[in-house]
Amino acid sequence: MQDLRFMTNNNIPLTIKETQEGLKAKKFLAVELVDAYLERIKKFNPEYNIFLTITEEEAYKKARELDKVGLYDKPLSGVTASYKDIFLTKNIRTTAASKILDNYIPAYSATSVKKIEDAGAIPLGKLNCDAFAHGASGENSDYGSTKNPWNKEFVPGGSSSGSAAALAAGMSLVSLGSDTGGSTRQPANFCNLVGLKPTRGVISRYGVIAMSSSIDTVGTFTHTVDDMEIMFDVLKGEDGFDGIVKNFEKPQIKEEFKLGIAKEFFKEGLDREVEEMIEGVRKTFESINIEIVDISLPHTKYAVPIYYIIQPAEVSSNLGRFDGIRYGNNRDRFGSEAKRRIMLGSYVLSSGYYDAYFDKAQRVRTKLIEDFNLAFEKVDAILSPVSPTPPFKLGENTNDPLKMYLEDVYTASINLVGVPSLALPTMFSEGGLPIGFQLIGPNFSEHNLFELGRRYHQEINYKPKIAL
Amino acid sequence: MKYTPIIGLEVHIEPNTKSKMFCGCSQDHFGKKPNTNTCPICLGLPGALPYANKEAIKKTILLGLALGSEISKSSRFYRKHYFYPDLPKSYQTSQKENPFCIGGELLGKKINHIHLEEDAGKLIHADDGSLIDFNRSGCALIELVTEPVFHSIDEVLKFLKELQLIARYLDISSCDMEKGTMRLEANVSLGTRQQVPGNGLPDYKVELKNINSFRFLEKAIEVEIRRQELELSKGREPIQETRGYDEAKKTTFSQRSKEEAHDYRYFPEADLPPVVIDRSIILDLRSKMVELPQQKRERFEEQYKISKEFIEILVSDKKRADYFEEVAKLDSNYKTIADLIVNKRFDQKYPEPAGLAREIYNLSHMQYATDTETAEIISKVIAGNTDIVTKYNNGQTQVLGFLIGQVQKLLKGTGNPKLISRLLIEKLENDQK
Ligand SMILES: [Zn+2]
Repeated sequence: MQDLRFMTNNNIPLTIKETQEGLKAKKFLAVELVDAYLERIKKFNPEYNIFLTITEEEAYKKARELDKVGLYDKPLSGVTASYKDIFLTKNIRTTAASKILDNYIPAYSATSVKKIEDAGAIPLGKLNCDAFAHGASGENSDYGSTKNPWNKEFVPGGSSSGSAAALAAGMSLVSLGSDTGGSTRQPANFCNLVGLKPTRGVISRYGVIAMSSSIDTVGTFTHTVDDMEIMFDVLKGEDGFDGIVKNFEKPQIKEEFKLGIAKEFFKEGLDREVEEMIEGVRKTFESINIEIVDISLPHTKYAVPIYYIIQPAEVSSNLGRFDGIRYGNNRDRFGSEAKRRIMLGSYVLSSGYYDAYFDKAQRVRTKLIEDFNLAFEKVDAILSPVSPTPPFKLGENTNDPLKMYLEDVYTASINLVGVPSLALPTMFSEGGLPIGFQLIGPNFSEHNLFELGRRYHQEINYKPKIAL
Repeated sequence: MKYTPIIGLEVHIEPNTKSKMFCGCSQDHFGKKPNTNTCPICLGLPGALPYANKEAIKKTILLGLALGSEISKSSRFYRKHYFYPDLPKSYQTSQKENPFCIGGELLGKKINHIHLEEDAGKLIHADDGSLIDFNRSGCALIELVTEPVFHSIDEVLKFLKELQLIARYLDISSCDMEKGTMRLEANVSLGTRQQVPGNGLPDYKVELKNINSFRFLEKAIEVEIRRQELELSKGREPIQETRGYDEAKKTTFSQRSKEEAHDYRYFPEADLPPVVIDRSIILDLRSKMVELPQQKRERFEEQYKISKEFIEILVSDKKRADYFEEVAKLDSNYKTIADLIVNKRFDQKYPEPAGLAREIYNLSHMQYATDTETAEIISKVIAGNTDIVTKYNNGQTQVLGFLIGQVQKLLKGTGNPKLISRLLIEKLENDQK
């Protein structure tokens, strides 16, 4: 048997296929996989602050069940999974990385957690993030910042900081995050991973602590596009608990693709290296006979302002339930970012201001949707940066909330519109940190985005790797 | 100066759906052990999402159709925010723009709209603090809001009783005030003659809340009108506020003033998709529409020709009206049937309509004296009342009643009235010849 106890960068399985082939061939047992992952978690977590709760007992229990049957025939059999701490897990502490929920033990599990575990996954624990998913760097966690495994002086991105870092550190094979304004795609890029923001209304949000109800989506992290497709197929579809979710019919996969590039995305503020990376990606796509078309998305310049009206408005509503009567702790435990959003949100909804802010923002949002609809009449997908810069240093943006908000400039419009976007890893910056891009498609085009991503990764001979 | 009351109503009706508004818990919460009828959704736990109850939506639309409301083609839910311990999400999922039913009319009184929302839990105050029972939290609640078009307590009560009856006929709700499945609020202000009707409203209104019977509402409005009259007579305009009714003191008391009024921060509930109501749904509901109380009153009058009092009593309880009609199918003595049901409560004695029909048959057939017996008695009566017979022969036919009475008396009430009068007239006419 393969000795997994001292699994290193070289022999830890980085794909679902590799994991399941090893299990089926009895190269290793599921419990040995758990041994190996837990060993890595215990070794690196104190330094990188990725897991908030480790579910050792549950992991071994599930692994033993899998080994007892010995078939490993479900889509995620033997796949180690961990969840952003805004996903409720029955009887397992769920904090949303906020001290207000410091000792909250949920009475039920999120649909996506259930679906993943029903598909055979082994749960390893709960992951750090910006408190209530408010942030773009992980630094708003009440439990301390998560460090980027590729360079611990840098942020792993946010708000799903731990979900990305866990994979980059080889502590979990797949993870769940959320994407309300880029919270999956940006950390995926910052940690050299594949990240998906699905079409709104495809994956149930039931049991995910809400941030902005008209914008929230369940995000997923994997090392490869193939794995992302497996995860997506497990997670999608109605559960009878999220009224906006409709069942999903897999579309016909296209043979030929047209890719749009929006001129509005290449203006000041875009880092030179990111711009050059996009140029390189464009050439690669052209080299595999994918036509590049110039498009225009004129209203995207309003995306961040309207995002920071609608999102805090919904945040102020969703956080109201933490009223000090329930959940054990008083409201003084809210962090400053939550307080900022509650005040901003209450203001834009208050009578006399609703029309000028919230309602106007909703009307601009309609314009934004029209922009994208028009673009998708011309192209099958849009190539775009995710973050305007490569990963930044811890502490670099923390004193300037507005600067942090600008991290969402290429991502927020996608959430406001509701369409899916696949973030893909491609290369490392001069400073040795991962950078990547996103492919945005029309509603329900996830499988076509996977196809495009696969073709790109094949062409550059992409091989997943971990930092530690 | 003479003032006219200007009253608008807000009526909450708890529909008798199987489940709550947005979750699978039972809508029937009455008398259950506290906090046993709950789930993550109606407890407002983090991550829980609402899932709209189609049955509740249909019942709301049905009520709108019965009252002639316009049904919105696309309707949606809104979040209405306020903090209260029994409101676990800190907002109530309700409606604002495009509620399910807009406009409508009942007894000539205009309805503003009918919307659907969820109920809150209940606070139970104990010595050592307050407890919260969430059994009612998230229950479906239909709210009907009228225009301020009532000018007397009588109009208000008539309207509310008819609304209650309609909701029961449509099987929307038990509308039981005691169980709280019907709850009333009234907005009361006093206007001068010039302000009524439609010449602008007074610039204040007093909301009377938490009233749980028609009788209390009647009293509350009455004392509130007197209170406002007194204020106005002293040259003070009553302030806009919410007041409750104290039955012991027979007064209303201030609960919340305008300055303390909530800013509800309404905005569309993104967790629920807009509800599109297409024609097929409306056609389906229309096809299931039952005969409404007013239609039944008119038909009973036409078909059975029984008194208005009987009709009113029968129609006020659909089960009794149905029972009456079942018996009426078996026997055409409609007045007797109505009388036995209304005055003798025979519907309770004979739960099966056929039972009452048999009883009526027995009453009308078994006890009658035979033709021969009747003829014999008639001869006796004619012989013993020659002076009366003479009056009859002289054209005073009204004495017939007296003679019939005498016959019936001697028959000890077993005579068939139709038979007596036929035989009596025959004999009188024949004797004359
Ligand atoms: Zn419930």
